[in-house]
Order: sequence, then C-alpha cells, then structure tokens
Amino acid sequence: MENIVEIRGLTKRYNRTEALKNIDLDVEMGKVVGILGPNGSGKTTLIKLLTGLLHPNSGEIKIDGHSPGVHTKSVISYLPDRNALYSWMTVKDALGMYKDFYEDFDEKKSEDLLQFMKLDKDMKVSNMSKGMKEKLNLALVLSRKAKIYILDEPIAGVDPVARDQILDAIIENYAEDSAMIITTHLVRDMENIFDKVVFLGDGEIMLSGDAEDLREEKNMQIDELYKEIFG
Amino acid sequence: MNFDSGLPIYMQIVEIIKSRIVTGILESGEKLPSVRDLATELKVNPNTIQRSYAELERQNIVFTQRGMGTFVTEDISILEGLKDAMAREKVLSFMEDMERLGYTKDEIPDIIRKIALEGK
Repeated sequence: MENIVEIRGLTKRYNRTEALKNIDLDVEMGKVVGILGPNGSGKTTLIKLLTGLLHPNSGEIKIDGHSPGVHTKSVISYLPDRNALYSWMTVKDALGMYKDFYEDFDEKKSEDLLQFMKLDKDMKVSNMSKGMKEKLNLALVLSRKAKIYILDEPIAGVDPVARDQILDAIIENYAEDSAMIITTHLVRDMENIFDKVVFLGDGEIMLSGDAEDLREEKNMQIDELYKEIFG
Repeated sequence: MNFDSGLPIYMQIVEIIKSRIVTGILESGEKLPSVRDLATELKVNPNTIQRSYAELERQNIVFTQRGMGTFVTEDISILEGLKDAMAREKVLSFMEDMERLGYTKDEIPDIIRKIALEGK
C-alpha cells in the first residue's frame, strides 16, 4: 500500500530541550494511526510539524510526496487540541467560514454530521460546552474531502455521550482513500479504531506496529501494553 | 465495546459472530450486517471487521457475493460442525474448572446428573 506520510530522522528542539528525537514513521493510505503517549511526550509537536506550524531542526517529512507547505495544507484536515472557532460565531458562521476557506468542503456532509452530533445551526460557540465545541470542530474537520485527517486529542475532556458520538463519527467517516492520524492518551476508549499504533515517550518512538499483531504478540490489549510501557 | 482478552480484536469478533450464528440470531443464508454497520455497532475500525469476515470466509462459515454482501453459509453440516465445536470448547473449559476444584473426569458426569435432577 502507498505511504501518504513518510517521516525520516525527524528532530525538533525547543532551546536545548529535544521534543522529538530522530523519529521515523510511515502512514499508509486507508489506515488509522494512533499516536499514543502521556502529556509532554511530543505528540502535539509531531502534529504541528506535520501541519507545517513548526519547522524541524533536522530530518524530513513527506506528505503526499511534498514537504509541509501550501500543497500539504490543502490535503490535510486538522483538528487542533483546542477550540479553533471564535466565540462570537454561530454554527452557521463556522460553516460559512469553512466553506470559504476550503475548496474540498462538502456541505451535504456537514449537514449530515451536524445532525448526527445534534448541533443546532443557530447555536453560539460561546454558549457551548466543551463536548459540543469538540463535536462542532470535528464535524467541520470531517466535512472536508481531505487525504489526511489529523485529530489531536479528539475526546480529551468530553463527556461519555459526546465521546461515543465522536467515535461513531470517526468510524463512519473513515474512508479508504484517506488516512487518519489521531493522538490520544485515552487509549482504552480509542484503541479499537486504530490499524497501527505508535507509542511516543520523551520524544522517542518506544514501540510501533500493527495493533492486531501487537495484541497477538504481547498477548494483551493496547491499553494494557500502554500501561506497561508508561506505567 | 471493550475487548479484554489477549486475543486480537478480529478474532474476538469472529467468536461473536459464530455465537450469533449458533444461537440463531443470524440464520443460515442470512445476510451479515455491512462492514460499516458492524464497525459502528462494535465501535471498531472497519478494516478490523473486514478481517473478521475474511477469516469467517476462510473457515467456510460465510460466503461473499460480489456487490451483494456477506451471507451465512447454507451448508447445514458446517453449521452443525460449528455448534459441536463451540459445545466442545465449553465442555473442555468446564472440565478444566471442575478438575481444578478437585473432581476427577469420572466424577464430573455424576455431579452434572445430580444437579440437573435437583431442578426437576
């Protein structure tokens, strides 16, 4: 299968702290990859390098054959780890903004997703709970017809009902002609949707592989393996 | 849904579907849920369901008709064999538990009979 993302020898330093050390990582088309690690392990730094928000000190990132830049931004749909919408906006305003910004925005899909998430178009972002904001942001991100969806901590801090809706939306919108990269430390809730998992600790890949192969080889679920590695 | 054993998830889903077939929730010749529907129901990656269906097909328990979906086999001998295999597995694991309690293989049928009669 074709790699949509290839990372080689990626290193990122903040002053003298190494946030990522010599990372190699491939993401195949049609797969869902979980980047797992505790807070401060380098997950968000990795995402910011992929999305072109940060530049590496050394190493190489190829996305759809290109270095992070104008082209890669057009093929990546990114859910940041915090609300990216202005508080004065209504759901309708947010939809309008996405439609203006992204050529690949699918209005029909966004209508379906908003309905699925039970979000009313006249609702204001400032009146929303954490879970509702997360659902709105995710609905917008999944409404783009992107090649890569990057979701940074999509279920952190949301209630169980919203969490289930978010997981369902991710599963239902998974497509073979795209790839998903999802970071999380809530491994038990999310492990069943990953094809491949990458354990990131202190900026290094401690272990990575096909999730099912790892379960078979280690004779445990990914959540238990996570606890063994980081516990 | 949480999968707790050390088995890969696709294997655990194979077992779930086999038990649905043996208990009659899925009948001979019936269409299995679509990959996406079952993925949503069990909250797992559709690729995992795909792998479970491929494994069931390899074991001749289901068959795929191009463009139509995946169906439970109509071959009764395979379904009987599946039922026997599941019964065998349950009995073996039960016997293991009983032996751990100190019963010998010869004593096990007696105690089953005794308890079954109590209920009459």
